[in-house]
Amino acid sequence: MAANGTNANNGSNGNGGHDLAAYVEPDRVHRNCYVDQGVFDLEIARIFETTWIYAGHESLVRNPGDFVTFQIGRQPMILVRDEDGSLNVLYNRCPHRGAMLTNEHTGNTGKTFTCSYHSWQYCLNGKNYAVPVPQGYDKTRYSIESGDADMTRAPRVGSYRGFVFASLSDSVPELEDWLGGSKAAFDDMCDRAPDGEVEIVRTCFRMIQKSNWKIFLENQLDALHPSITHGAAGKAALDTEEQIRQETGEEPPLSYHYLSAFTTPIFKWDTLETVGHKHGHVSLEGYMGLRPKDPLTLEYEAAMEKSYGKQRTEEILGVNLHHMLVYPCLSVQSSLQQLRAVRPLGPDRTLTEIWHFRLKGAPEGIYRRSLDYYNLVNSPSTMINADDLYNFWRCHEGLKSQADDWVSFHRNAGQDTIEDGAMHSVTGLSELPMRHMFTAWADYMGQE
Amino acid sequence: MAEQAQRATKAAPAVSLETQHAVEQFLYRQAEILDDRRWQDWLTLFTKDGSYWMPADPAHDDPDGVPSIFHEDFYLMQTRVRRLEHPRAWSQTPKNSTSHVVSNVIVEQDDAESGVVIARSKFHVVEYRLDEMRYFAGRYRHELAVTPDGFRIRRQRVDIVNVDGPFDYVLQFWI
Repeated sequence: MAANGTNANNGSNGNGGHDLAAYVEPDRVHRNCYVDQGVFDLEIARIFETTWIYAGHESLVRNPGDFVTFQIGRQPMILVRDEDGSLNVLYNRCPHRGAMLTNEHTGNTGKTFTCSYHSWQYCLNGKNYAVPVPQGYDKTRYSIESGDADMTRAPRVGSYRGFVFASLSDSVPELEDWLGGSKAAFDDMCDRAPDGEVEIVRTCFRMIQKSNWKIFLENQLDALHPSITHGAAGKAALDTEEQIRQETGEEPPLSYHYLSAFTTPIFKWDTLETVGHKHGHVSLEGYMGLRPKDPLTLEYEAAMEKSYGKQRTEEILGVNLHHMLVYPCLSVQSSLQQLRAVRPLGPDRTLTEIWHFRLKGAPEGIYRRSLDYYNLVNSPSTMINADDLYNFWRCHEGLKSQADDWVSFHRNAGQDTIEDGAMHSVTGLSELPMRHMFTAWADYMGQE
Repeated sequence: MAEQAQRATKAAPAVSLETQHAVEQFLYRQAEILDDRRWQDWLTLFTKDGSYWMPADPAHDDPDGVPSIFHEDFYLMQTRVRRLEHPRAWSQTPKNSTSHVVSNVIVEQDDAESGVVIARSKFHVVEYRLDEMRYFAGRYRHELAVTPDGFRIRRQRVDIVNVDGPFDYVLQFWI
């Protein structure tokens, strides 16, 4: 298709005038995918409200009545632990007049949700428990007994190694099949715990990005940007590392490496690899690979060997997965036990909910490494994302320009290889992740 | 909150006008240094083992082992300064400008023996950058060492009122 020959209004169908099929080419996409409100509305309906979306971690809702609220597309939802231990995902809406049943992020609701407006009550599975003065509904067509007064449930809830997902559509594949290659991130995170599971830390940093949600996902696996975007923060940390060595005669704390690693020159990122898995999930492999030989690490490795034996421990610690994107809703850094959930608020506004985890059975000092990364890179005072969010915003503003309709993903296009059903990049600098995610995007958006 | 309960029950100690005045002047000068972006002066406000802490949870009494919005020792503050002064700190173009107002200064402890003065105060901060104003408010708690060069901060705790809210952008430097 000629660059100038595309008219965004060509398509006349249920797509709001958008010719969606023409927006995605193998090596470039139309800017309307990012900046157009109509396209955004379709994304919410056809991607977020039809597929599996991350709800929360099981350790956040350990006891009956524990709940966490979150969003699937435009829908406010509640994940709650039932009295029998099962997990329910309910729409956060009173069936009576529509009030939200809770406005807390997390909490314990006891045995019921109670509406603050007229005191209608619901069991933890959403079934109506009580309506005050129910005889008012006698001789009406409203039937409390037959379900009119029940909260609506998400049709599907699934959990993989403690990570809970829900879908508003019944016609999704089984969660494990849908996760496919991206299961590796949850396996990697949990396997690194001597007890085989992780525990969430209850602080959630929430950051709003003034840019499209896809710009964030694309950046997570963009090995071209770190040494440019984060050069200043990386150099600052590198200089401080040297200062610490000179002034104290000691090696700087490992945490400085989280920042100074960003000074890695661009050509070295070439040696990494990105892998595109089914359903649009993508990973970046081979970065950092921290495996120091200090006493703390050795203590941790001993705990691992006690649980898994030497050979399995080596297999687990040999996994070098830097980032996994679970399309479209999650960015997972398993080796650092960090997770960011993506909640689009508008074409130009994206909420990320940032969590981190403890490896159960690991020494406290190992948790501190995860905590240091959370504080330094993922907190609201981050010296790293300060420049990311700024670039995302500049991208988004620039894409409003009519100078060119196309966004380029040409780097190493046509050179990706397929192995075991996954797409492999020829270099870490390849724009495979962007091309791969847009293939999934086009599949989802092609649904009517 | 343990700290609040402690505050409510503790009778205010008798503090000399001189100390009250000196503490206020110190806090005003710190605010001015931030607004002037005088980073090297900022670093000299702290003792070498001093720290700046903005808790992620008002119930936390100690930054050790828990998430924080800021938890910076001298070397991390130095790193932040180096980044701010680097020509390719992209999001510092344009630079953010701030205006701090510090008030309600209460000297909680003035211990001549240990040379430690503890003061709490309130702040209101307006930040302007890229056509947008942001507004922050909250309270400070300063642990000050009395040195021959005047007060130095051993530990500064900063509680912002919107601690559990979403941040519409990063805090690029200290509040």
